[in-house]
Amino acid sequence: MANLALRKLAKSYGSIEVLHGISLDVADGEFVVFVGPSGCGKSTTLRMIAGLEETSSGIIEIGGREVNNLEPKERDIAMVFQNYAIYPHMSVKKNIAFGLRSSKMPKVDKEKRIQEVAGILDMVDLLDRKPDQLSGGQRQRVAIGRAMVRNPAVFLFDEPLSNLDAQLRTQMRLEIKKLHQRVGNTIIFVTHDQVEAMTMADRIVIMKDGHIQQVGTPAEVFHKPANTFVARFIGAPSMNLLAGQIDGTTVSLDAGQQLTVPTLVQTQSGGVLLGVRPDDLHPNSANPILAGTVTLREPLGPETLIYVETPSGEIIAKADGRMPPAVGETVQLGADPENLHVFDAASGQALT
Amino acid sequence: MVDIAPTSDALLMAKPAPRTQNLGQIIRWLLLFIGGVIMIMPIAYMISTSLKWPHEVYNVNLIPEEPTIDNYIFVLEDGRFYWWFVNSIIIATITTICNLLFDSLVGYTLCKFRFPGRTIVFIAILSTLMIPTEMLVIPWYLMSQSFGWLDSYWGIMFPGLMTAFGTFLMKQFFESVPDDFIEAARIDGLNELQIWWTVAMPLVKPALAALAIFVFLGNWTAFLWPLIVTNSVDMYTIPVGLSGFGDEADVAWELIMTGAAISTIPTLVVFLIFQRFIIRGVVMAGLKG
Repeated sequence: MANLALRKLAKSYGSIEVLHGISLDVADGEFVVFVGPSGCGKSTTLRMIAGLEETSSGIIEIGGREVNNLEPKERDIAMVFQNYAIYPHMSVKKNIAFGLRSSKMPKVDKEKRIQEVAGILDMVDLLDRKPDQLSGGQRQRVAIGRAMVRNPAVFLFDEPLSNLDAQLRTQMRLEIKKLHQRVGNTIIFVTHDQVEAMTMADRIVIMKDGHIQQVGTPAEVFHKPANTFVARFIGAPSMNLLAGQIDGTTVSLDAGQQLTVPTLVQTQSGGVLLGVRPDDLHPNSANPILAGTVTLREPLGPETLIYVETPSGEIIAKADGRMPPAVGETVQLGADPENLHVFDAASGQALT
Repeated sequence: MVDIAPTSDALLMAKPAPRTQNLGQIIRWLLLFIGGVIMIMPIAYMISTSLKWPHEVYNVNLIPEEPTIDNYIFVLEDGRFYWWFVNSIIIATITTICNLLFDSLVGYTLCKFRFPGRTIVFIAILSTLMIPTEMLVIPWYLMSQSFGWLDSYWGIMFPGLMTAFGTFLMKQFFESVPDDFIEAARIDGLNELQIWWTVAMPLVKPALAALAIFVFLGNWTAFLWPLIVTNSVDMYTIPVGLSGFGDEADVAWELIMTGAAISTIPTLVVFLIFQRFIIRGVVMAGLKG
């Protein structure tokens, strides 16, 4: 196990810079998830940590040792790929043992280690099978087993669940989290799925266009988004953003309503975006913000998402699943002032 | 009893196949049969001739009037044929192994590594496909002569130890090997040569099998270059040796056909060994990943 540090890490392909000097410290045993839309640089960062991509500038440290000029095999890392990358011509056992090929461990110890890993991943009965005789979830477990067998300092996961169906993805998510609790290695996990990020991470790194937008615990990035990108990227459905003007702690929405927001980090006057999550916005609330007409309903069981056409545009809110307002009904939407977020309209940075 | 009127679907299913469909089937089978006969006739005629006496060779009858295995006894007891057979086996086997190694190494390198001039190298290799062998034999001969390779195994084999066709075939097949496999192996501590051998090569077995068959057959039946580069009868390959059967007055067709019949055995063995990999490759390609 080891900590990981990125110092002003940058990557360019010719004149195109895809990673703009990012810095990050990952503690020993921490589970960090890189999340962001396609092309944000999260996989490139992971591949640079693995040594599969050269760095254009910056430093990568694993366990306090600079690894920039080391081969992947010398970095004491293991990687699980999106497409599993388990060798179809080898049995499960040989696939797992493959990670130990270059190890000088005695044969008996190797065998013991393989059995141990197979036991942890519940694959003892599958050791003699070929990959084409396994389900998607089992294949992914083999890939994890091959990574685990070497007991690396850092595990790297490159979107390992994106090829699985929804049910299996949930199951594997749980298994990886349990595995981390059990083995305690440092894990860097890349995904574009914010649910995976929220449910698995100790800390989430949200990236966009080669920049880190925010680093924080799932609760921090959800409740205290650093900017409008994070605010809208984390949480489903996305946060509603309403344009307005601020003066002190009073926001006047462009649509006409006025409301008081929590104390700002920095006092400001001018254009702002008022953010409110659909989860925090309810019809017939004690603190009405704006009124509108219900245009669509999405029943989710205990709750129903309602799409409301307001003077500030279409807003998504959450209503009680048993008695949601009807389509065409006019509703007053309100939210607890503590749950309101204010962002600078120009820069998109959070002001609350 | 109640009569139940058949539904339109049932009627459609019960309807006999249209006559045109049957006719199409017949024509298809007929064409296949004719094609099969055309393919098998030379082989059948070769075997038939090998079982004939010299005086019967020019009769077109497929079944010999008085079948004999004397030709086989003669050819097998002839010391020259034994050496030609051994020469052909050595040359075809070594050339095949070398092609499998070199073509796949170059194909793999061109496919999986990014380096300056990669495309130019690939185009240069491919462009050699456009030069006919007849044009190449003169430089080959001059090279053989200057290196002292005339009338030797090395001289016969060197032009075919690596082929542009094989390199192209292997490169195309390596394209289907996901980069993730190679990167995973790099992380697991293998060097590039180990990755090629342990990870990439087993994944392109169908291509290797196809290449093995092509190269082996090509070298087994090669005539022009072995004829030019060899001088002594002991260095002949089977095709070169067989062409010389007979004397100044007559060609001993029955002996040539006997030698040819015997020489097809190794090619059949090679085909039978490698064809299952090709078939498996085709089957695997059709499976969902």
